Amino acid sequence: MAKQVPLVDYLELGDDPHLVANECTSCGARFFDRRNACASCEGTAFKKAAISTTGEVRAYTIVAFAAPGVPVPYVAALIDCAGTSVRANLLNVTPDPEHVTLGMKVRLITEVIGTDDEGTEAIGFGFEPLGG
Amino acid sequence: MASASDELWILGIHMTNFGKRPESDIVDLAAEAVSGALSDGGVTMKDMGVIGAGNLMAANAGIGQQLQKQLGQTGIPVYNVANACATGATALRVAAMAVKAGECDMGLAFGVEKLSGAGLLSGGSRKEDSSTWTPSGRYGAVAPVDGRIGTEIMPGVFAQIGMEYGHKYGGTSFELFAKISEKNHSHSTLNPKAAYTKKMTLEEIMGDVMIAYPNTRPMCSANCDGAAAAVVVSGAKLKTLSKEQQRRAVKLTASILTTDPWEESCQILPDVNTLTRNAATQAYEQAGVGPSDLDLVELHDCFATAELVHYDNLMLCEQGGAVDFFNSGATWRTGTTPVNVSGGLESKGHPIAATGIANVWEVATHLRGEGGDRQIAGAKVGLTHVIGLGSACGIHILEKSAA
Repeated sequence: MAKQVPLVDYLELGDDPHLVANECTSCGARFFDRRNACASCEGTAFKKAAISTTGEVRAYTIVAFAAPGVPVPYVAALIDCAGTSVRANLLNVTPDPEHVTLGMKVRLITEVIGTDDEGTEAIGFGFEPLGG
Repeated sequence: MASASDELWILGIHMTNFGKRPESDIVDLAAEAVSGALSDGGVTMKDMGVIGAGNLMAANAGIGQQLQKQLGQTGIPVYNVANACATGATALRVAAMAVKAGECDMGLAFGVEKLSGAGLLSGGSRKEDSSTWTPSGRYGAVAPVDGRIGTEIMPGVFAQIGMEYGHKYGGTSFELFAKISEKNHSHSTLNPKAAYTKKMTLEEIMGDVMIAYPNTRPMCSANCDGAAAAVVVSGAKLKTLSKEQQRRAVKLTASILTTDPWEESCQILPDVNTLTRNAATQAYEQAGVGPSDLDLVELHDCFATAELVHYDNLMLCEQGGAVDFFNSGATWRTGTTPVNVSGGLESKGHPIAATGIANVWEVATHLRGEGGDRQIAGAKVGLTHVIGLGSACGIHILEKSAA
């Protein structure tokens, strides 16, 4: 199997791919990047927290016009994963408003976004409809 | 009752025509707006004690000093400010704070931008993937993420903001958002300074080029060139000026700037709601008025999907009631709370740093009774609102002079 790297460092690969956040140990606020202090409570201690791999679409847009090199249309969404908001594309769904609905239940999946000169695959993530 | 020295007034104000201005660079546009505001107020650069200068796209160019070299170098302090789409409001806020603090009795604020043909301002280009995956940036990304992990383009970000409101309260649809755009394009036909003054039918708006569902092209703010400027004066100083200056002065009863307090999802989707509600609450209290007192509102319709949520954020309607409020016709120029009678950012245009002062010009013009064909009859109180993503919210409330 080719060597793999995650598209971003908050995507954990392996048998059970999932997103990981820095969680404030005082108030529970979660951040996908590093913070000097919690933006909510100013606490300075964080621990790693696994994000639920299922969620609900709270908002979406179907991008039809983007920079050259970005394939369109694609569905960008805000997904509520058991209380933690996640930004991702919706995959394996027809990109039109008849097929994408607010409140639809989705689950995290990974996909190969490309292979570099050393044969390493970059792995991205998105969400697909549950039971779809 | 506040003493006169605590009062702030707009003494002079001007906005340039918005649109394609190939003959003018940013200094020319700034000078046009500032000259207009100074002459409107019957004052000169020598009367100014401070300058708040706004330009976003060339924020390191010292536009305030460039303006001084064009119109008058008097040695006064210049604060060059950049605060995304709230840049103009921030410049005005700087002048207002300086006058209110008593550091000077007159201050100048201006905002200018050249944006014609700018296209997508964020997510408008993407680097090619590198030949070897190397993590970089705060998320350790090995490749560009726009379009791979959601979207960075503004039409898409604000589409989601409108859709989120629909998910929370229901009642939204592509057609509803398009109707908001229909209203603003209709309003623009009466505004000779607008970049676009063409009435558009609902069918034309919905059938136009889709940018990011549900925002089609005419539902997006129009990139264009333009500038606006204002002179702020203290109440004490105004009393020493002519009766005509006092008559045309417009009272600045609230000047507020907020940023977004932490919200759970603000790292994912910029929050434009909480900071607007907070700014509105502070502004109404400072001005001693409520939403029902407003005769007109110029709010930040950078996209049709954004206008809807701000009806609610500015408390023009009950919480969750923005859809019903719009459907009642309240925000048309003939309604109870006319919103964006200038045509809004969707048709008047959105030269970013100019917008936060241009909307003050629009309201001030109605309060002076100088609105011509689009005058809102008898307007006494108006509110302006801008949002800069990231986020910053500027709100100003203006009141007609009693003189």
